[in-house]
Amino acid sequence: MSRGAGVIIAGAAETDQVGRLPHTSTLGLHIEAARNALADAGLTTRDIDGIATVSAPGPVQVAHALGITPTWVDGTGVGGTSFLLHVRHAVAAIRAGYARTVLVTHGESGRSRVGAGGWRMDPSSPAGQFEAPYGTLGPTTTFTIPVLRYMKEYGLTHEQLAYVAVAQRKWAARNPRAMFRDEITVADVFASRMVAYPFHLLECCLVTDGGGALIITAADRSVEFPKPPVHILGTGEASETPMISQLADFTESQAFRLAGQAAFAEAGITTADVGHLMIYDAFAHVPIYGLEALGFVKKGEAGGFIAAGNTEPGGALPLNTNGGGLSYTHTGMYGMFAITEGVRQIRGEAAAQAGEPQVSVVLGNGGMFATAGVLVLGRQPR
Amino acid sequence: MPTPETRPFFDGCAAGELRIQRCADCARPYFYPRPVCPHCGSFNVAWFTASGDATLYSYVINHRPAPGFEAEAPYAIAVVQLAEGPRMMTSIVGVPNTPEALELDMPLHVRFERRGELTLPVFGPAGASRETSASRESGATA
Repeated sequence: MSRGAGVIIAGAAETDQVGRLPHTSTLGLHIEAARNALADAGLTTRDIDGIATVSAPGPVQVAHALGITPTWVDGTGVGGTSFLLHVRHAVAAIRAGYARTVLVTHGESGRSRVGAGGWRMDPSSPAGQFEAPYGTLGPTTTFTIPVLRYMKEYGLTHEQLAYVAVAQRKWAARNPRAMFRDEITVADVFASRMVAYPFHLLECCLVTDGGGALIITAADRSVEFPKPPVHILGTGEASETPMISQLADFTESQAFRLAGQAAFAEAGITTADVGHLMIYDAFAHVPIYGLEALGFVKKGEAGGFIAAGNTEPGGALPLNTNGGGLSYTHTGMYGMFAITEGVRQIRGEAAAQAGEPQVSVVLGNGGMFATAGVLVLGRQPR
Repeated sequence: MPTPETRPFFDGCAAGELRIQRCADCARPYFYPRPVCPHCGSFNVAWFTASGDATLYSYVINHRPAPGFEAEAPYAIAVVQLAEGPRMMTSIVGVPNTPEALELDMPLHVRFERRGELTLPVFGPAGASRETSASRESGATA
């Protein structure tokens, strides 16, 4: 393989179910997702020589459980976007000849916490010293802080913020696997419990159990697989800050912008080429920041753009067509599900299929605007 | 839990001073404490005492309290911009933690509160009492 040679997603699948899965452990979800992705690609564990996933349980445990002895290992763990970075790193490894067929897995018992271990912030970390003492408690209390600044600077209204959840529920209503499928109104969002002002419950993501997996390999093997290839046209990654208080500008994400610019440049595309878009939506403001960082709208315009119906069914830019983390599923590290939906849309097999997109862009977030990954997926090679 | 690199900040708080760092080469202040300037990459940095003046940059009002904060809920988790430029997370005291009372860019001044084994900087309306709060409770109800 030479630099720039084509790489594809040859297999992609989720666990049989997503949602409440108290009978399956985190490791069990990885294994089930891997089984389904291998079947999707018509492969067995014997065909895999590269493995990537986050800790815990980590790539060594997942590979060993599956009986794989990989000769390429990636344990990048930078939050929910890690799987997008795994794809990017796998592309590089395949081009370099370091791996031939890479399995990327995600499994998380985020809701039921079966075999999931505990989570505790290190009190001697910078965040432990300079944020936790003020009563932070996970993403609802930190990821949410920038939006009031954005609202003051750019005039985003509470109604527009709420409408992000309304628009995505319209997609979820068309997806039988979505956890929440009843359409909602802005009034419903406002009537839901206040979690962290200005965010109501319906503006916050779900907490679920589930998993997903991908098979990445060289494009010149496309004919070996039962499903049409999904070409990885461009990728990007970036990190900005481990602490929300240190985000350079509370109205934008540098990581989103830098990862997007890299991916679009490699793919040789502009926003006009994009027929389908996934933006990690842990909270209702994240798609707003994402649309602007990727250049689909100008700064300050994304709330109005979504409220005008552009991203919902029938709109010009189908966004988060599985229902997103707000309505479909959110295990904690949601990025895998954004990728699998992008793959389904390119293949034309999504539950809420948005026409026949030639190009799908997936933007993943890690932490609280801490890290970003972007994938540009296509029906055709570059 | 302080580390050797952050201990001067917490010692400053205990002494009623907001001590942060600035670069001895490019002269720009920064926060959080670390032995390198994030602006220019110099390792030639020094501590100084900031004015304690700040403005309210952004916040949420948290309705699901962290352990130990049950009595405070709903409470603001804020980020303030120091007059010197750097931003830090903090609590807002001396004013109701409501959307009506907390206006972005309102002027604030540092106060210090003992919380557990550490004294921490918190911020209240500028011009109000600048006396050091003896406890978290007195700060929240001032």
